[in-house]
Amino acid sequence: MRREVPLFITFFIGMLLIFSVFIPPMESLGEDFTVFFDIIAVFAFFLGGGNLLRVHVSKLTRQKRDWQYSIVTLLGFAVTLVIGLFKIGNPGGIAAAPTAAGSLFQEIFDYCLVPLGATMYSLLAFFVASASYRAFRAKNREATILLIAAFIILLGRTPFGTVVTGWIPESFDVLQVPNLAVWIMNAPNLAGQRAIMIGIGLGVVSMSLRVILGIERTYLGEDKS
Amino acid sequence: MRLLIHTTLFLSVFIFIGSSRIFSVEPSPQVQADTLVNTADTVGVSVAPVTSLLVDDYKYDNGEQLNLSWVPSIDDQLIDGKVSVYRVYRITNDSTRELIAELPPGSNSFTDKNLNRHDTYRYIVAAVSASDDEVLSTTTEPVQPQREWINFRRGYLFLLALIIGGAVIYYIQSARRGKKLFVRKIAGLEAVDEAIGRATEMGRPILYIPGILDMDDVQTLAAITILGRVAHQIADYDTKIRMPVSRSLVMTAARETIKTAYQTAGRPDQYSDDMVSYVTDEQFGYVAAVDGIMVREKPATVFLLGAFFAESLILAETGNSIGAIQIAGTARPAQLPFFIAACDFTLIGEELFAASAYLSGEPKALGSLKGQDVGKAIAMIVILVGVIAVTIGNAWDVKFMNDVKDMLTTIFSTQ
Repeated sequence: MRREVPLFITFFIGMLLIFSVFIPPMESLGEDFTVFFDIIAVFAFFLGGGNLLRVHVSKLTRQKRDWQYSIVTLLGFAVTLVIGLFKIGNPGGIAAAPTAAGSLFQEIFDYCLVPLGATMYSLLAFFVASASYRAFRAKNREATILLIAAFIILLGRTPFGTVVTGWIPESFDVLQVPNLAVWIMNAPNLAGQRAIMIGIGLGVVSMSLRVILGIERTYLGEDKS
Repeated sequence: MRLLIHTTLFLSVFIFIGSSRIFSVEPSPQVQADTLVNTADTVGVSVAPVTSLLVDDYKYDNGEQLNLSWVPSIDDQLIDGKVSVYRVYRITNDSTRELIAELPPGSNSFTDKNLNRHDTYRYIVAAVSASDDEVLSTTTEPVQPQREWINFRRGYLFLLALIIGGAVIYYIQSARRGKKLFVRKIAGLEAVDEAIGRATEMGRPILYIPGILDMDDVQTLAAITILGRVAHQIADYDTKIRMPVSRSLVMTAARETIKTAYQTAGRPDQYSDDMVSYVTDEQFGYVAAVDGIMVREKPATVFLLGAFFAESLILAETGNSIGAIQIAGTARPAQLPFFIAACDFTLIGEELFAASAYLSGEPKALGSLKGQDVGKAIAMIVILVGVIAVTIGNAWDVKFMNDVKDMLTTIFSTQ
């Protein structure tokens, strides 16, 4: 039963959702199930939150390596949870939304979480530079083509690109760098992306059928298909 | 399974008949409004009213939408037009009229959504001049939205789904009967053994990142199925695995998967819940934690499989900086270039979904991959025919080619 029940539920719900696309009164079923999933995910958060607490309390009590950072994590978790739950510092009181304007909870989000997230995100600029350096080294023919395409697009997106090739007459304007950049993005790049998207679509169909028909069961914790 | 194939065939015949409209749907009520101006409701007439106001049931919905169409005011001109806006009013049952939309000049249709099929609706469209004088059309007759049970507009999509789904099922059945199937080598998956072996030799852990979306995303599901295969080898080699996740449900599913792999490998005592830990749902908070783990624990191998967004390059570059062998895969085309630039092996799009079947090597699973090829063949033929039809149709205005183009547009329209 431990195996059959989940497989039956997967098959039944999978088929139901496939057919709902073609039956107008059932069209909203997909959205309904998304809501069901969200509700289940909210309850599952207790598992996640509990795990987070367990890991860091254990690290703290056993004074494992870098245990000091666990104090920050636990304090941040507890303070935000208490302020959010009991609406501490919320001008609208207990009846107001936790994210009401001017509430302490919202200010923690705006002045702590958002800047921290932005700091991590800003690292991307440096990583793009280092990754580009490696990717654009003209080691072989493909890398050389990539380098040339990237150079044209970079130049085409700057005013300098317009200045450099502005002298090319109207009848040959396709050779102007900004136009070349647009062509690269709209023709070869888009064609490649669409090919990948078609492959992904078919891959999703194949994988979904394996799951619905019970051929793929690894996600249920079963090793044998 | 045979029953399933027969059902599939029956449904394909049914949908084909449906598409041919043998099962005709009752014509929807269509009401034409009187085109005369309702002078009683007109204040300071300065523009001509809209004419031929029609209200028509929206086809193939759950009785929630009505289509309105009209001939724009003769004063609605592109140059020196006098109409500034069209206002659409709705009267539900016998209530007073309510403004439901303001549309720019040139508009000649509107779809009213979120209606109740048990109510009746009447409509008025007003042409409004620059001085805000409204000229109303007369009110349409009451109309009720109709509910349809089958969306024949998606008949072609259903047929395509049946062909591709049928092909997948056919090849799975063929593989079950023992037919040998050729599947091309995927470099990223061939390297899985080597990557796990490297971590074992170096005595360092393997870091497995299943993306940042929840279990309702097919990419996360693919990542968890691959984890099942990878965890089996990890358990065999007695290597350590570290899996920080950003979703609680993923944590639960991953624990079950790894636990089973250790039990199957005969090492249940080696399994620990600490192998999988929840960090945070917050995108960059998760990235900070994973980057920290990478830098502190220096895993020998990093798997980045699943749905990734802006964090893809941050994670992959950090992994690269610590010298880990990295196998990445995602179905998000925008993130693929980052993985290709920063990782040793990348599973591109469909390879992510094929990975589990490929690693298992089981005929049934491999058969499903073969079925995809039918879909690819259809895609290639349609693209080729489409390119020829559009090129010849546009260049020489050949009617047959234009018809082919229109037919393909109809078939592959998503509405």
